[in-house]
Amino acid sequence: MNGLSVENLRVEIAGAGDRRFLPVDGVDFTVGADQCVALLGESGCGKSMTALALMRLLPEGGRVTAGEVNLQGDDLFALAESAMGGVRGGRLAMIFQEPQTSLNPVMSVAEQIGEALAAHRGLAGAVARAEAGRLLEAVGLQTDRLDAYPFQLSGGQRQRALIAMMLAGEPEVLIADEPTTALDVTVQAQILDLLKDLRSTRGMGLLLITHDLDVAREMTLGPNDRVAVMYAGQIVEWAPSAGLYAAPRHPYTQKLFAVLPRLDRRGERLDSLPGKVPAPDAVFAGCRFAERCPAVFQRCRVEIPGFHEVVPGHFARCHLAEAAANPSLSPYGGFGKGEIEGIPGRVEVVAAANPTQTPISPNGGVTKEGSEPSVLEISDLAVHFPIRKGLLKRTVGHVKAVDGVSLAVAAGETLALVGESGCGKTTLARAVLRLIEPSSGTVRLCGESLAGLKGEALRRKRAQMQIVFQDPFSSLNPRMRVGDILEEGMAALLPELDRIGRAHRAADLLDQVGLPTDAAGRYPHEFSGGQRQRIAIARALAVNPKLLILDEPTSALDVSVQAQILNLLADLRREHGLAYLFISHNLSVVGYLADRVAVMREGRILECGSAEQIFNRPAIDYTRLLLDSAPGQV
Amino acid sequence: MLNYIVRRLLYAIPILLGVNLLTFALFFMVNTPDDMARIHLGAKHVTEEAIQGWKREHGYDKPLFFNAGVEGAAKVGDTLFVEKSLKLFVLDFGPADDGRDIAREIKTRMWPSLAIALPTFLVGLLAYISFALLLVFFRGTRLDTAGVILCVALMSISGLFYVIAGQYVMGKLWHWFPISGYQPGLDAWKFLLMPVLVSLVAGIGDSARFYRALFIEEIGKDYVRTARAKGLSELRVLFRHVLGNAMIPILTGVVVVIPRLFLGSLIIESFFGIPGLGSYTIDAIQAQDFAIVRSMVFLGSLLYIAGLVLTDISYTLVDPRVRLE
Amino acid sequence: MSFKPVLLWSDALILLLLAVVAAGVWLLRHNETFRAPLRQVLASRMGSATALILAVYVGIGLLDSLHYVERLPDEPGKAAQYSGEVKSALDKLLSPLRENVEKTYSAPFATHLYAKETMTGPDGREVRDYPRLKHGGAHLADPDQEFWPDVLKRGGLGVLGGMVCWTLLILPLWQRGRTHSALAWTLLCILVVTGLLVALAPHYHVLGTDKVGQDVLYLSLKSVRTGLLIGTLTTLVVLPLAIGLGIAAGYFGGRVDDVIQYLYTTLNSIPGVLLIAAAVLVVQVQIEAHPELFDTAAARADMRLLALCGILGLTGWTGLARLLRAETLKLRELEFVQAARAFGVSRMRILARHLLPNVMHLVLITVVIDFSGLVLAEAVLSYVGVGVDPAMISFGNMINGARLELAREPVVWWQLVAAFLFMFVLVLAANLFADQVRDALDPKARGRA
Repeated sequence: MNGLSVENLRVEIAGAGDRRFLPVDGVDFTVGADQCVALLGESGCGKSMTALALMRLLPEGGRVTAGEVNLQGDDLFALAESAMGGVRGGRLAMIFQEPQTSLNPVMSVAEQIGEALAAHRGLAGAVARAEAGRLLEAVGLQTDRLDAYPFQLSGGQRQRALIAMMLAGEPEVLIADEPTTALDVTVQAQILDLLKDLRSTRGMGLLLITHDLDVAREMTLGPNDRVAVMYAGQIVEWAPSAGLYAAPRHPYTQKLFAVLPRLDRRGERLDSLPGKVPAPDAVFAGCRFAERCPAVFQRCRVEIPGFHEVVPGHFARCHLAEAAANPSLSPYGGFGKGEIEGIPGRVEVVAAANPTQTPISPNGGVTKEGSEPSVLEISDLAVHFPIRKGLLKRTVGHVKAVDGVSLAVAAGETLALVGESGCGKTTLARAVLRLIEPSSGTVRLCGESLAGLKGEALRRKRAQMQIVFQDPFSSLNPRMRVGDILEEGMAALLPELDRIGRAHRAADLLDQVGLPTDAAGRYPHEFSGGQRQRIAIARALAVNPKLLILDEPTSALDVSVQAQILNLLADLRREHGLAYLFISHNLSVVGYLADRVAVMREGRILECGSAEQIFNRPAIDYTRLLLDSAPGQV
Repeated sequence: MLNYIVRRLLYAIPILLGVNLLTFALFFMVNTPDDMARIHLGAKHVTEEAIQGWKREHGYDKPLFFNAGVEGAAKVGDTLFVEKSLKLFVLDFGPADDGRDIAREIKTRMWPSLAIALPTFLVGLLAYISFALLLVFFRGTRLDTAGVILCVALMSISGLFYVIAGQYVMGKLWHWFPISGYQPGLDAWKFLLMPVLVSLVAGIGDSARFYRALFIEEIGKDYVRTARAKGLSELRVLFRHVLGNAMIPILTGVVVVIPRLFLGSLIIESFFGIPGLGSYTIDAIQAQDFAIVRSMVFLGSLLYIAGLVLTDISYTLVDPRVRLE
Repeated sequence: MSFKPVLLWSDALILLLLAVVAAGVWLLRHNETFRAPLRQVLASRMGSATALILAVYVGIGLLDSLHYVERLPDEPGKAAQYSGEVKSALDKLLSPLRENVEKTYSAPFATHLYAKETMTGPDGREVRDYPRLKHGGAHLADPDQEFWPDVLKRGGLGVLGGMVCWTLLILPLWQRGRTHSALAWTLLCILVVTGLLVALAPHYHVLGTDKVGQDVLYLSLKSVRTGLLIGTLTTLVVLPLAIGLGIAAGYFGGRVDDVIQYLYTTLNSIPGVLLIAAAVLVVQVQIEAHPELFDTAAARADMRLLALCGILGLTGWTGLARLLRAETLKLRELEFVQAARAFGVSRMRILARHLLPNVMHLVLITVVIDFSGLVLAEAVLSYVGVGVDPAMISFGNMINGARLELAREPVVWWQLVAAFLFMFVLVLAANLFADQVRDALDPKARGRA
């Protein structure tokens, strides 16, 4: 056949001791020429391992234990390693997630493309250079970038250069492993467009690996394209994107849709997916999703479900799908009427916001702009970092990370700060907290200026604002127990509490953020990313702040965990009347949570208004560009 | 670039000054010129005149930092610190305590030192990196495991063992080389080969293991996966990509010692009787000749700083990201 | 009392070190981030076997650190008098070895001296021949006939004894499933070797004798303490300097960083051996100038040893400090430190609670790795003449004393081989142990080396 076909692929990884992990456990799919298949799943589902297995690039300790991969009739696993070298980067190529680290830092772009040209097409010298130039143009880069080194390129340019390298061998199928995850939304849109163009102009198959439902949808709009949803090492659903996005058939896929935050779900509680992905060495008697499935019944736990064709071309690995496929067989009277509790049978996907909807304030009332006293008032705040040069290291200029920002957050209000990487939003947050000294401007917290505050006065003020960081792994000290982490802030800022009082409060906080009380005696490494983020939130709440600065609090989390954290944030806002300064690059999260939105670029605020206004009637082009770049809009 | 070098050289001044102050303090404050005189004169009961005489003769009869006995600038200038320490800055080493001119000794003795140190350095670098690459190429196999164990075993053996065993086996049993000694001119190789061989063997355990660790770390990086995904052969990945990037940390440790090759190796030279700067220093230590030790300390620091500058410059050659500002 | 304990300065510091380690273990006994790596090291084959070997060495060193002077026979009407010779518990234990001194060299298991002597034969004529040893094999009437049967008999008994001890020790452990084969085999090796030595050493010079007829086995065992001391006491100097300055440079930055960087660049720029040599020379001169401060030769040698440790420490802290500075620079920007700052937690508290615990694994790894280097350095420095006191028994002095004898015919090899062997086993065990410690404490480094 044409393209790539994968049959019953199994990958095993040797763990510590005699443990064996099966990250990929029986995966079948095909990628035809000029077809895009999106392999969709949350972290740890085995999608990247699948791709690496196809390339025969599994990490050390990993091996393929079963399965067959055919590329235009050639069995890839039967090839000698030397012959595989000719396929790899030639007929089958792959691009990676991290453009930052995926290029060799000490070789120029031309050299790195030249290597692939030499290996697969025997080109060298001026011919190779000319061809490398053509490839660069094909991916939308100027030929003068040939002699650039990776550090001289931006993230998007690097990803383009990587694609050019992989096109050098004129691949029949290109595997793209999260190609845009590390990129800003506007750059992401460009790269996705580029991949679409290349696929149609070169007639190559594309296997896109992603965790992002919108990206998967954006790339599989064609009639031949397919989306494969992976869970715990298996494909649980396989369908054309139109069918899948209109009516997901597997409860896991349905849950994935239901947990997505969107502007139109403002004020609603997001659905949640309890539990976590089974460990890769788990042994299953029945369905792999049974433990978390809202529709689970007896049969799921004892019998492995088959891969049933619910409607033509749409498969799901679920006992209920069998019933749907053959209604006569089912004792449960069919599937798809939406009567499974908590899951709408059909998910309405509304891309644009409903313009008539009124933004809901945390208290349930309508936000009255300007009438409430501001918790935080920032005026003309600037943070400049000096650039030093020359013999005496004199300051020759400044990097204006934050360049005259004025913002106000009212009590109980959520203000979202939106911008692409490097726009200064994180620096702004740290300057507000006085973790960095601002160069100029003032920050007023509850009416009192922070400038010039020192010692005890500053300490007291710190209790009124706290921060939650993006990375749940580096934000908790690995050598401290959770209880001590929670009590640290209390000890510093709430001197009236004694040791017992602090322990009580810590237990109370753990309860509030939905963690068991015995968590206090454990260390952070025993918790998952989402649980760690809960701990970080509890730590911030420990000192009764009025304002929480949330710096991309859900960016490092899977969508199902993200929903839990967003729900928690919404609950806390309601219970404590907290104000949030919510920093994010993710527009759908912002649309879900924020009352007002400020758009930031190059250290300045370009636009600030109610969420409804920014999303529906953006005043400036940049905001419009951001909104239009978001993938998955049909 | 020029800016950078000038700045580095300016920064060298306080460091060299610090080195001088440190050695000066060690030698003249903890250990007064009177003590030195007593030791050099040897006898149990030394008269005060003999001490004064020795000090006068060797130029140690001045105050340490401040000379109240003379006028004007000489109050500071005519002191031991200036006389014995600061003059080193213009490479005026003065005479050794036994009266011989240190500068002339350095000039004649640096060549034998270099004749051993340079081949050891170059061949060693090549051999260790090749060995490490070999292990890395076969990583995960028994060959790799055996190689690593061999490295650990080799680095657990005292350096003295290699010297003594080398002299005994190659010199005494097999009569390949003279056990020790030196002879200038073309015949010098006979005397140089064994010390070089011994140094090479003595260093392999530590270095090969270190380089292997560097390579393994590089191999785990994303760009190596990209290179493999391009379909490059394992050898090309190893030599072009891994080695190219591992050169950066390798250079850190390697280039800095190049200028110091002039000083030779203390242990090797004195064991094999090579009349280089290393054995010169050892002899001086054993004879407690502070003038020589002080000069060698200063020279060593100077060459070390030169090595640091060279290291930075060499980065610009292998790492396009580095620009010297 | 027939003896009086003597506490040398180094003994006191060893006690201090032991107390610090014991206190640390006690404080961290419930701390999972500390216990898990420790368990991992001791559960691994290499880790448990090398730990056992190191424990044997440490045991020898500790026995050799319990010093005392013997009471001289009382003279009526006088206060008790004590010998000027400081001995240790190990000396007491090894007294047959210590006291069986021959005239000069003798080969391992020899019954005759290495050098010929003029003797008066039974018939009154003078002959030049190898004389019988005073102690080694002296119980044999006819060495040519009786030597092998005697050695085999005693050796066999020793091996048997070792195996019996091993069985007694290992069986209860095995029954409880608390041990694994690598540890058991290592223990067997150690016990069999010990059994052999116990059975043979009192009757033969198992490793020969040196130039003045001292038993080489005795010298080798005595050298262990010196090597261990250099390897451990140096860290007492290194740790406060490296941790204090390294973390301060990384955390405070600015001027503090400039000054500390200047300090270590300056120290680094001086060739290591030269700096050590210069400092040792100065100390030596000082000790020579003030003989009145030391009442025994042992005290004097001890002071010189401590000075050497101090100097090695003062010159050796820069590497670790640089490492800690870099790590602190990284940690300082991490979010958990930022969070603590947002709480207004004081700088000292941040240093103590957030930074120090998170660099301790690097400190431990470095200490263990540096240990073997220091043991090796002692030998080289003693050779150069800037090591321990020439009167002190150490590997370096053993090698130094023996290396010129290789020119003799037949070769006097045993002293060198013994010193190198004892040192090799110690350093190899330490190196392998260090690898395990690094793997356990720094999972990122696993598989790298």
